[in-house]
Amino acid sequence: MDVLVYLIPVSLILGAVGLLAFVYTVRSNQYDDPEGDSRRILSDEWDDHPKP
Amino acid sequence: MSTHPHSPPIAVCPGCVAMPDTGVEQEVKDARIALSLPTIHCQGCISAVERGLNAHPGVHDARVNLTLKRAMITAGPDLQATDLIPVLEGLGYEAHELDPGTLTMTGADRAGRELLMRLAVAGFAMMNVMLLSVSVWSGATDATRDLFHWISAGIAIPAIAFAAQPFFRSAWGALSVGRLNMDVPITLAIVLALITSLWETSLSGEHAYFDAALALTFFLLAGRYLDFRTRAIARSAAAELAALEVPRAIRLTDDGAETEVAVADLSVGDLVLVRPGGRMPVDGQVVSGRSELDRSLLTGETLPVFAEPGLAVSAGEVNLTGPLTIRATAVGQDTSLHRMADLVAIAESGRSRYTSLADRAARLYAPGVHILSALSFVGWFLWSGDVRVALNIAAAVLIITCPCALGLAVPAVTTAASGRLFRRGMLIKDATALERLAEVDTVVFDKTGTLTAGTPELTNLDDFSQADLGVALALAQASSHPLAMSLRKAALAQGIEPAQVDDIAEQPGYGTQGQCQGRLVRLGRATWVGADQGTQTAAWLAIGDDAPAAFRFTDALRPGAAETVQALQQAGKCVLMMSGDTRPAVKALADRLGIADWVAGALPGDKVARITELGEQGHKVLMVGDGLNDTAALRAAHVSISPASALDAARVASDIVLLGQDMSPIAESCETARRATRRIRENFQIATVYNLIAVPLAVAGLATPLIAALAMSASSITVSLNALRLR
Repeated sequence: MDVLVYLIPVSLILGAVGLLAFVYTVRSNQYDDPEGDSRRILSDEWDDHPKP
Repeated sequence: MSTHPHSPPIAVCPGCVAMPDTGVEQEVKDARIALSLPTIHCQGCISAVERGLNAHPGVHDARVNLTLKRAMITAGPDLQATDLIPVLEGLGYEAHELDPGTLTMTGADRAGRELLMRLAVAGFAMMNVMLLSVSVWSGATDATRDLFHWISAGIAIPAIAFAAQPFFRSAWGALSVGRLNMDVPITLAIVLALITSLWETSLSGEHAYFDAALALTFFLLAGRYLDFRTRAIARSAAAELAALEVPRAIRLTDDGAETEVAVADLSVGDLVLVRPGGRMPVDGQVVSGRSELDRSLLTGETLPVFAEPGLAVSAGEVNLTGPLTIRATAVGQDTSLHRMADLVAIAESGRSRYTSLADRAARLYAPGVHILSALSFVGWFLWSGDVRVALNIAAAVLIITCPCALGLAVPAVTTAASGRLFRRGMLIKDATALERLAEVDTVVFDKTGTLTAGTPELTNLDDFSQADLGVALALAQASSHPLAMSLRKAALAQGIEPAQVDDIAEQPGYGTQGQCQGRLVRLGRATWVGADQGTQTAAWLAIGDDAPAAFRFTDALRPGAAETVQALQQAGKCVLMMSGDTRPAVKALADRLGIADWVAGALPGDKVARITELGEQGHKVLMVGDGLNDTAALRAAHVSISPASALDAARVASDIVLLGQDMSPIAESCETARRATRRIRENFQIATVYNLIAVPLAVAGLATPLIAALAMSASSITVSLNALRLR
């Protein structure tokens, strides 16, 4: 059972990474236009160079 | 303006840096423009609009939001929305200006974001604690079990301290004024579960409820968030309607120059120019110009009123034919439009008397849960004499009975039903509007602008000879008056050719005249051509010295109006019509729609009185209206609907806004509301059944954390699935 000493912190840290990623997406307004974003991916306009 | 507006402010002496150069600052400040783009629908549209806007000189950045069908533009200060709308129309997209001030991120958006964060934290903590609990349930013992319990406590306590704050705050708010609400048992259950679990853990006990406390928080926050989303969508659509009316006016300076200003900046004594088609921004007096005014939104009258210098006008009236110059006598809050709106605020609101289903359930539920839990504590304490056992049982009872499913029962159904109605073109603004709509047995309609579209329709085209119609068509083509446009449309549809008429001139406020084969021909108001104005809307045609003949008009029905009235009558509802218009006009429409019960010439006060009277007789009244004269009635009714074309005041006063031209969603919405209310009741029953099974187990002391977790998740999921059947 000694392995728990590593596994529990690892699982908690991985979960926390997910949580922080979610918090980041909320803070950076990534849920403002879900419909538009799902379509923008189809546009090849900025494929070769990023939008200035 | 400085001579080198683009040069960076490099100054040799510090004093020049300290001195603000207003010219440069003006240059730096960008304007924000918002446009509504109702017709965009795909990624091609996004690219085309953004490319088109970004290519326009002066635009710094343009971004399309497809979900909201909106474009936000950052542009140079001298660029106006009116410069960009033609650009988009050239690309084939309809565009309307929105007032960016109305659309800025409000406190409500921040509240939603905060709720989402709490939901995320609760969800994260619940998943981890549940995983740890699985090993406890599957037989971890001794030191391992204690370790898992301590780790769970370490996750659960900070997570709940953060995520459950809305419940703590609301419960405290209710308790501090001596009331009970749904959040009181919730808070008590969460806190008691944490305390007993900590106590158990410190004594190496077998059962800890950290997972249950977190699951409770998570499911309840999910209910709160759903509820919030529904209202946020309605709010943002309502804000968009308000933002579409950009309050601008044209102010005339003493030397006659025109400047466009915000309505809020106008002051008493200003000269304001109102172009044909424009709405009066202020109360005032006509100084120059002749025209006709449409007062239907204020009084319900369909006959236009003749306007000449000296006539008093009030804000909200629409100018029809010629430009008018108005001297403002009352602005802003003092206009008659606002005074009417204030009257509305005083009128007793129908919705304030209504208690929502959730509140009614809470009123029964909250005391019951507390009594049950307290009784089981006392009972077990007397029987076993052990505080620890008694507290554990009391906590288990609170957790099992906690209104998890109840918290989801109403929001899940209203979200599904509002979503369904939104797709049909109805915007549910008020949280309890659906429940109230389900109870309706009487429907009261306003006439002008509600059952009718507000556009005139020619009725007696066949009374005229081809030659006369040719003359009338030639005259009508020179005017943009609604009656002239309707006449033109009807005549062209009949294949009439315009006659040769020379020297055509429009006399604003009167009509159009010209010369045809040496005779004076006129099309316009009755008094102008020397005829007697009847009660019906009419334009008169006078050829030479012949007796003038009238083109008679009725108001065109709004699409779906007849079907809606019929469907409501078939559903067993009593349909009434109340209008401020004249008796013959109202009677004609009532006969056409088959409405037996109608009132004409009703003043705003009469409408309220009638609706209050109906309410006192025990009827649940649905009021459908659009005008300022309806606002008080809209508020007094049990539930109210107004079309999107209504005045802002009427839309604010009503619970539901009809977004399209078509009226037919109204009949369907009553049916959807009835089904939604039935689902809510079903959900309450499901939650009760779960409680009936689980509560005896908890009181008997047999409820383990595993049973609590299963009962809670199963009831929440059943309730949500039941709600989704509405979509």
